[in-house]
Amino acid sequence: MSTLVIAEHDNSTLNGATLNAVTAAQALGADIDILVAGADCAAVGEQAAAVAGVNKVLVADNAAYGHQLAENLALLIAEVGAAYDNVVAPATTNGKNTMPRVAALLDVAQISDILSVESADTFKRPIYAGNVIATVQSADAKKVITVRTTAFDPAAPEGGSASIEAVSSAHDAGISEFVGEELAKSDRPELTAASVVISGGRGMQNGENFKLLDGIADKLGAAIGASRAAVDAGFVPNDMQVGQTGKIVAPDLYIAVGISGAIQHLAGMKDSKVIVAINKDEDAPIFQVADYGLVADLFEALPELEGKL
Amino acid sequence: MKVLVAVKRVVDYNVKVRAKADGSDVDLNNVKMAINPFCEIAVEEAVRLKEAGVASEVVVVSVGEKSCQEQIRTALALGADRGIQVETEGAVEPLVVAKLLKGVVEKEQPQLVILGKQSIDGDNNQTGQMLGALANMAQGTFASEVKVDGDAVSVTREVDGGLQTVKLKLPAIVTTDLRLNEPRYASLPNIMKAKKKQLDVFSPADLGVEVKSHLTQLRVEPPAERQAGIKVASVDELVDKLKNEAKVI
Repeated sequence: MSTLVIAEHDNSTLNGATLNAVTAAQALGADIDILVAGADCAAVGEQAAAVAGVNKVLVADNAAYGHQLAENLALLIAEVGAAYDNVVAPATTNGKNTMPRVAALLDVAQISDILSVESADTFKRPIYAGNVIATVQSADAKKVITVRTTAFDPAAPEGGSASIEAVSSAHDAGISEFVGEELAKSDRPELTAASVVISGGRGMQNGENFKLLDGIADKLGAAIGASRAAVDAGFVPNDMQVGQTGKIVAPDLYIAVGISGAIQHLAGMKDSKVIVAINKDEDAPIFQVADYGLVADLFEALPELEGKL
Repeated sequence: MKVLVAVKRVVDYNVKVRAKADGSDVDLNNVKMAINPFCEIAVEEAVRLKEAGVASEVVVVSVGEKSCQEQIRTALALGADRGIQVETEGAVEPLVVAKLLKGVVEKEQPQLVILGKQSIDGDNNQTGQMLGALANMAQGTFASEVKVDGDAVSVTREVDGGLQTVKLKLPAIVTTDLRLNEPRYASLPNIMKAKKKQLDVFSPADLGVEVKSHLTQLRVEPPAERQAGIKVASVDELVDKLKNEAKVI
């Protein structure tokens, strides 16, 4: 039995989501190799080789993989993955983009967003915005899996000593090209990796008011998130959205400010250890999942909270 | 150019779905069904391309039981020109849906196929990408902007770090994210007109596809419930609880 984990990275740094995927792969009970596909990505290969519990790291260094274009990457992963029993990736936007293409090329189902490994062929995964957890069994000889990273602890990033091998396969499908990107720059922790998250919703009223969250986030070392309503209204950019179709977070402390608590938002944060809700509507559904609810006007509560932390 | 849009019949997004007590399946008795919200955005985008003179015809396809014709008619009322139902029974997995859609793509030869990025029942987020692999087409998933330019389409995608723009050779696949557009409401005259629009029905065999199951759903269960919390009376009490009871700050 062998499992191939697809590394998430930006050609220089291994993304932490890979470590959660390695832990999920360990639960499958097979030897683990990691595939690093990118351009000038040797440093990522070395970081992957240091991850505890990894047998071998395969590095496919080619310009065609530099921007993680699914059309090229899927051809590579399907080729390399043919020798493995399982192909596993974190359910990041890259994983979600590429892995179904891999599954289709291999003519197998994909098991999306797994929460647990029950046995080598049986998994739990959320359906209906996480209101139902399904246990599914795969009949395919080869499993293509994406992993909900918040459901698995990260593997230790140090302590391993995997061998590194170059993969020479160059697949350029020639049907897509990277044009550009606008990536948010922030000194704050990444939303999906932060131990504290403070999110604003429609109740924030405008983008300017999100600054009220800054001081609290600074004091708590928190990442700042938002509900779909706040993103749709243009208060903040899309990469801040927490929810069924945005980012899934499970920090130690989640503070929801001016968020009513639609089921689609709850799907993205209800596995947080402690949930605080601040909302002036005492009937808001968010209070049904909050450990501590404060019925208050956020424009008064936030400055007071910042002052008292 | 011809645009093909795939739509799915799902439980309305306002319904809170529950597992049956015996864990055999979800309880869908008497729940309101609707067009999957992401698919509705896909229909709207295709109709806007037609209104802008970019698309010449919008064909809408759905895979499912006869009842999904209701959602095809909804798409026709929103402005699609004709419909195709691929008639199947029971739940059909994304890989099979992708194979069926590939069959429709071969028949219809669209330049652009627009799908929702995921359906809100299975939350799989697979079908568009799988169709891309099977039909060897490029894909712009999680789209927040689509611009057709000659024999290519530029797609701005919502990704973890922000936005990414890719350029795809046509024919290509687009899967929609929430902010691509705001779907219109169908007007009564258009709902009436939609009833007369052409709707063809194919079987999987017509498309040369064997409907096969790769996954078995063994059981369903509700997620772990959170214990009901408490209301605090003041910011002081909140800070005290977080420090001394929850010990998270």
